[in-house]
Amino acid sequence: MNRLRQGALDSVAAANTQAGGELARVVPSPIRTRLLKTMVGFGVLLVVTCLVAPLVGSSPINIARVFDRSIPFSENVDAQIFFIARMPRVVAGVMAGAALATAGVVFQALLRNALATPFTLGVSAGASLGAMLAIVLGATISAGPFSTVPLASLVGASIAAAIVYRLATMQDRAMSTTVLLLAGVTLNSFFSALIMFVQYIADFVQVYRAMRWIMGDLDVGSFEPIIAALPMLAIAFAMFAWLPSSLNLLSVGADAASARGVDVGRTQRLAFVSASLATAAAVSLAGPIGFIGIVVPHLVRLMVGVDHRLVLPASALFGGAFLVLCDLGARTLLAPLEIPVGVITAMLGGPFFLWLLVRKG
Amino acid sequence: MLQASELSYGYSSGRRDVRSFTLDHVSVSVERGSLTGLLGPNGCGKTTLLKLLSGVLQPEQGHVSLNGNSLAGRSRRDIAKHLAVVPQETHPAFDYTVMEMVLMGRHPHLGAFELEGPRDLALAQDALAATGTDHLAARAYMTLSGGEKQRVVIASALTQSPDVLLLDEPTASLDLGYQLEVAALLRRLNLERGVTMVLATHDLNLAASLCDRLILMRDGRVVSQGPTRDVLTAASIRRIYDVEADVSFHAPAGHVTVTPLRRVQ
Repeated sequence: MNRLRQGALDSVAAANTQAGGELARVVPSPIRTRLLKTMVGFGVLLVVTCLVAPLVGSSPINIARVFDRSIPFSENVDAQIFFIARMPRVVAGVMAGAALATAGVVFQALLRNALATPFTLGVSAGASLGAMLAIVLGATISAGPFSTVPLASLVGASIAAAIVYRLATMQDRAMSTTVLLLAGVTLNSFFSALIMFVQYIADFVQVYRAMRWIMGDLDVGSFEPIIAALPMLAIAFAMFAWLPSSLNLLSVGADAASARGVDVGRTQRLAFVSASLATAAAVSLAGPIGFIGIVVPHLVRLMVGVDHRLVLPASALFGGAFLVLCDLGARTLLAPLEIPVGVITAMLGGPFFLWLLVRKG
Repeated sequence: MLQASELSYGYSSGRRDVRSFTLDHVSVSVERGSLTGLLGPNGCGKTTLLKLLSGVLQPEQGHVSLNGNSLAGRSRRDIAKHLAVVPQETHPAFDYTVMEMVLMGRHPHLGAFELEGPRDLALAQDALAATGTDHLAARAYMTLSGGEKQRVVIASALTQSPDVLLLDEPTASLDLGYQLEVAALLRRLNLERGVTMVLATHDLNLAASLCDRLILMRDGRVVSQGPTRDVLTAASIRRIYDVEADVSFHAPAGHVTVTPLRRVQ
């Protein structure tokens, strides 16, 4: 499990032996080697997963027929299954998995709590309430590529994030992570109560639709929702790029980070906004798929160590692959019946979470 | 080299309009290569003063200057290139290795997307050797003993290549053996490497054995400052702690020792 890590330490030792006090001498930087190995390893895993996943399913398809240009697309059932039913699903899985896993990493460092998830701060409850209201009220609103339910969930997530952020920054200029955590947990309960109330007054069909949405589902049906979520994810990932080394220090402690040159307030705001944005985008795309945000970062840490410069990109790649694999299980385990992917991740994630608690204890 | 003039700082207390001042027009001067002790009872403003000196907090009045340049308006990164801090305890949320902890000291010297190179590794290795922790490089920080942890945190601060090291009760949570170990390390770093240090402590004997200068504080004000032998007297201890103490030269230790006798009002 720690082979990568041990390899890196060996190369530190080797580098130091070679350096022997000569500062100018060029020795390979271990972080560079580790980062390269990590990106290549997890990158290959993601690519292979994305290539294999669309080929597997309840109806077998022939890869040669999929790419056979001589058959018109309207008559090529294999190509239709591949490009319309399965490919968008895989892409949505990669995006939602990567977003939730990286948001988990960022929230865990921001809150200095290894058990935090992208949903700890109420973003998913806000999104669920939004989606639920849209379904129950039967509203039809849309903006650009967004359809009603994703848009409503995005609004709900944004409102939840804004309330938590406002509360955490009210007292002081710097963000209080304690208030952040307490406000998030409280807001979660409050929104859950509202969700139950809306469920109580809604009819059975609406409740069923809403429940299915809350379970999480990657069956997006087309590339439209993917295109809608893409700009938000792009912005969130661009913001993540600035974070890794600051997150290392932030997870050691706010004062320690400040003393090492981190602008703590700015880093906290950047971390909160970017991780909330990634979470909101993922939830609007695929519903609140649980446990990805905690299982993936921890598995990645077991493999590459805890340095955020490795953990963050590795979680993006592994999170994508992991969710696509879970969805493959969701599509095939009880085929032709489909299990909601959120059920699969929760079934894997629940016991994993408990194991983590026991292990920490 | 590190000077604070007329620093005032307060915290909001409960009601918005009430500010309780923790520092009130404090001026201190730290000379290059000195090892200055900061003494005073709980709540006298030692930690606040250290945070102001390191630029983590901004003073409401007055200013701090390093080598003649004011810290006001400078970025955290820029200040951290010159000033490093060793807190009382460090509890990382994740299980970093010792090498990773020490290399974090290079943060202010690296660009936003820059990874540490051979020079940074050599500096980290050098700091590990200087603190006697090189054999621990591959170990997980959380598995170390208290004394080892504190030496690693000092190594991390040294890797910052600072002009001044600010230490906030670095031995407070350590047992007697580790206290002596860390004290010996600080003395050696000061003598051999000329690292300027400011050390806040409650341990008067540690201050007496280690520091060449002392700053005595009470109620957010500086009561006296100067060479240790002049400042550390029974009268000054009574004045800042309300404690009657015997202060006498202890030949085997080679410095004055303080034996507290009784609390006085």
